[in-house]
Amino acid sequence: MTALSLENVSKSFGEVQVLRNIDLVVEPEEFVVFVGPSGCGKSTLLRVVAGLEDASSGTVRIVGRDVTRTPPAKRGIAMVFQSYALYPHLDVEGNMALGLKHAGESRAVIAERIATAVRLLSLEPYLKRRPAELSGGQRQRVAIGRAIVRKPDLFLFDEPLSNLDAALRMATRVEIARIHRELGTAMIYVTHDQTEAMTLANRIVVLRDGKIEQVGSPMALYNDPDNLFVAGFLGAPSMNFLPAGRLGAPGATVGVRPEHLRLASEGPLAGTITHVERLGADTNLLVTLGGGETLTVRLFGQHPQQVGDAVALAFDPANAFSFDREGRRIRH
Amino acid sequence: MNRARTSRLNTVAAHAALLAWTAIALFPVFVILVNSFKTRRAIFAEPLSLPSEATFSMVGYRTVMAQGDFLLYFQNSLIVTVGSLTFILLFGAMAAFALSEYRFRGNMLMGLYLALGIMIPIRIGTVAILQMMVATGLVNTLTALILVYTAQGLPLAVFILSEFMRQVSDDLKNAGRIDGMNEYAIFLRLVLPLVRPAMATVAVFNMIPIWNDLWFPLILAPGEATKTLTLGSQVFIGQFVTDWNAVLSALSLAILPVLVLYVLFSRQLIRGITSGAVK
Repeated sequence: MTALSLENVSKSFGEVQVLRNIDLVVEPEEFVVFVGPSGCGKSTLLRVVAGLEDASSGTVRIVGRDVTRTPPAKRGIAMVFQSYALYPHLDVEGNMALGLKHAGESRAVIAERIATAVRLLSLEPYLKRRPAELSGGQRQRVAIGRAIVRKPDLFLFDEPLSNLDAALRMATRVEIARIHRELGTAMIYVTHDQTEAMTLANRIVVLRDGKIEQVGSPMALYNDPDNLFVAGFLGAPSMNFLPAGRLGAPGATVGVRPEHLRLASEGPLAGTITHVERLGADTNLLVTLGGGETLTVRLFGQHPQQVGDAVALAFDPANAFSFDREGRRIRH
Repeated sequence: MNRARTSRLNTVAAHAALLAWTAIALFPVFVILVNSFKTRRAIFAEPLSLPSEATFSMVGYRTVMAQGDFLLYFQNSLIVTVGSLTFILLFGAMAAFALSEYRFRGNMLMGLYLALGIMIPIRIGTVAILQMMVATGLVNTLTALILVYTAQGLPLAVFILSEFMRQVSDDLKNAGRIDGMNEYAIFLRLVLPLVRPAMATVAVFNMIPIWNDLWFPLILAPGEATKTLTLGSQVFIGQFVTDWNAVLSALSLAILPVLVLYVLFSRQLIRGITSGAVK
């Protein structure tokens, strides 16, 4: 039984169409990440799945049940919000218990579920504290705990790490991956951070302007993008694009990832280094070519190049991607 | 306050200004209280001096207690004020929640319409209101006053509360919806506690004018059974003779309940339970 299936889902606010004919299937135990630039509709899509927004047309099924007109509480989902959204007047235990109380669970069941979640998230010392007395990371763990106790068929995460600092973000990311492994429940995760998308997802859904651009495993999207947008969106630093005519290649645009460019003694791509980023493990060079285009080169390890050095760049044509005038990938 | 950014001079100046303001604000109250305990002669001879052994007198309070039904007036004022505040806060908050939370056609226009009353004084409609009350048989009832004061207070309440409710995090309300709360529970248990300071502000703003109002009690409910405290005190102010002892004593007594209500509301103003709800 699929965890979630969306059939031809559209959503408009008045004249503005935010989602256009979305079709998607999420398998049980799968971790799916919605990613895209801001305003692409990824959060709206999540809210349609949650039932916080009604779909203008189309069908939403969760574990086979048509829930298109079902209120959020009865959809078998749980959601974790970017702003934590803990109830300020309840302590940690109360926050986790509220949903179960409303669902009419017995006191014993509630206590047992909370105990399990608390163990999973190491929240024992904080049970009697109010949200105001917790740090950001602890609050987000409580929010995740509140989702876990509901034993949902589907977890929804709406940019849960955006409010955390870098170190905590990494730790919480690992924790979410661990929880997914231990619970084995399907999860949908919305983010604009491609590192989160790449590291967490079984499958990534790339959205733009309310449409799905491509769906696939992180490496499939990275190594085999369908179009210019997906190629440029995934990967940091992002892919270099050059007009195909300049290289005598077919199609309209050629894309090369920064790590596939190398320094050569001479070649058609000659230019000057305009900026150097030394990251220790990597060195990123910005090279401005004679034609005015700027390319990013990612070299592994540490390199002595300086701003102003003249360099030539080369790449293996097997690592290059070709795109046609509409930005669609030309596969050889 | 950051010590590095404030000089001693600034602190002194700020405190001097605040103290001066406090003195000015409290002065009339002080004069009323002090003189209510003095003999009539002493009130006029030395209005600013404290009551001494020779000038101390409770005659004003005795007159107030003996004449008229002051306890009833008190009760009437309290019923009208508390009743009006309850309805203003309840209906104001409900309208504000609808305006801030739901997208519907005409939302903006409805908000403007509800706020229009802030700019139009309700007293302009006194004649029409009186006709309406006569037609419905509500003249000389406390209900008439409560209805008018509720109408008078709602525009500002809706305006202030809807602004505050817009700031309550959407995520929090959505979390409640996912946890199975219905819209009433979200309104009562999540949103209202978070806008408590705004509710207290609205309550304080409305309470004083209602308690002190003379206009509508005089026109709509001048009967002996429905007199409010302010109207009741007027019996001591005559065209030729005014019983100042009684007037000042009645006013001193009238301050007390407002003071109690104010203290109750200001506790809410100060209490900051909202911090940490959302980042």
